[in-house]
Amino acid sequence: MTTAALAVRSRLPYWVLLAIALAIAWALVASGLADDILHYRKDIVYLTKQHLFLVAISGSAAIVTGVGIGIWLSRPWMARWADGVIQAVNMLTSIPTLGKLALMMSFLGIGPLPAIVGLWIATLLPIIRNTYEGIRAVPPHVVDAARGMGMGPRAILTRVELPNALFVIFAGVRTAMAVNVGTAPIAFLIGGGGLGELIFTGIDLQQYGMMLAGAIPTALIAVAVDFLFGQAQYWLVPRGVNPLRNV
Amino acid sequence: MIRLEDLTKSYETPQGPVIAVDRVSFEVGSGETCVLLGPSGCGKTTTLRMINRLVAPSAGKIYLAGRDTDTVDPVELRRGIGYVIQQIGLFPNMTVAENIGVVPRLLGWDAARRRRRAEELLALLALPPGAFADRYPSELSGGQAQRVGVARALAVDPPVLLMDEPFAALDPVNREAIQDEFLRMQQKLRKTILFVSHDIDEAVKMADRIAIFNAGRLVQFAAPDEMLAHPADAFVASFVGRDRTLKRLRLTRVREVMTGADDGSGDTNVPAVSADDDLRGVAALFLESDTESLRCIDAAGRVIGIVKRSAVAARLAIDDSR
Repeated sequence: MTTAALAVRSRLPYWVLLAIALAIAWALVASGLADDILHYRKDIVYLTKQHLFLVAISGSAAIVTGVGIGIWLSRPWMARWADGVIQAVNMLTSIPTLGKLALMMSFLGIGPLPAIVGLWIATLLPIIRNTYEGIRAVPPHVVDAARGMGMGPRAILTRVELPNALFVIFAGVRTAMAVNVGTAPIAFLIGGGGLGELIFTGIDLQQYGMMLAGAIPTALIAVAVDFLFGQAQYWLVPRGVNPLRNV
Repeated sequence: MIRLEDLTKSYETPQGPVIAVDRVSFEVGSGETCVLLGPSGCGKTTTLRMINRLVAPSAGKIYLAGRDTDTVDPVELRRGIGYVIQQIGLFPNMTVAENIGVVPRLLGWDAARRRRRAEELLALLALPPGAFADRYPSELSGGQAQRVGVARALAVDPPVLLMDEPFAALDPVNREAIQDEFLRMQQKLRKTILFVSHDIDEAVKMADRIAIFNAGRLVQFAAPDEMLAHPADAFVASFVGRDRTLKRLRLTRVREVMTGADDGSGDTNVPAVSADDDLRGVAALFLESDTESLRCIDAAGRVIGIVKRSAVAARLAIDDSR
């Protein structure tokens, strides 16, 4: 199959989304809600920046630390502890994200800091787990061949283990970022700001225009972030180990 | 070229120490192929893996070209030794050319030189570089993948190759083909090869020397014909099998038992044989017919000698005075 055909296949969902988005936009304009929403455009710009700041800081911190911890757990000297740590990580994952944010508030007070830390923890866990599992899934004989040919531990990690685990790591990052973007509006509840301010206030005041002024940009950010990481996964994972590019 | 001295590996277990390899000593000359043969768990793979330090010896010495390998950094040591394993272990994230270029890259070769070398080796292993260099391992058959595995081991032209049951996972037809190719290549390259196998037929075919192991001990170290003719003990005799005389047929060429030019006694009712054939075909012809001698012909079809039944029998007779 040609690369052109593959590209069409992978972009198809985005065309469908675009069609739905246009239909919604048309419905909003037709019903007059669009004017209500645009009434908040200054708030939208300001709060979107705040929202993106929360997502970017907590998300990038989680990717760096999550991949780092995952690699560290996969090292041979950690073999005795790694399973226990992963079990603990799984248990922490099961705490609802709202609960995590509430816990953070009780430790760190209110404001952007507890929100960022809470989002960071919620985002961290799937990344740690997928990095660890992804590296462990690299066949032992491949690593044995690498050692036998004279690769040092660093070369084995960067040229063999990570590239072969990268697809699974990216899957973890995409899951994690979906959680992150999905949770970010709740940051408002502990004083973290962001688009949640429009959503929750709009609900309380039964102002649907205000609510949608928060909800629509939130949805667009979620789609954009997933698109971004989906493209990164498609292009950065080597073709030989990338199921999306192997037909 | 490779000399092992009292090489020993023992493991501590809750039930006390287990000796996997017990004071093994032998020497393999430059350009020779030595097959380490034995049942599973006999210590042959552990011995092989001690040579490139994937397993640290408990005692004993290994000398490569006269140099004590204890004094060499293991990573440096491995870059100078080709390594081929049964599961092949190609890196799935790299193309065929990149896989072959791994050790050259570790040694700092530039991209153009790595590419040239990869194409050269693919051609040597009968894989057209244009079709194969940019494939990924998932796009190769088992036989093709193992050819790439061999090419990768040869990338920086190391004098020594370690091969751990390299062809064991292939189907019989493919295995024969790749063995034949490998033998042809070895005629040109003259590498020093240590080759682990559990298959006596493969050992007889590939080896200049066979080291046969049992329960961690080296029980016999000999040329294949010597081992088949004179097994050192009952274990070796049973391992090589009751048909060991038949296996020796493969080791002798027709020209070695051929006598004189045709004196008219060669049987014209039976197909002629070629001087470079081994004795398996000759023995089959003697079993099929009651003739006493066969004609031996050269490539042009000229009769250049005869093979007598008695000469073949004499070649296979076990000389107990040795």
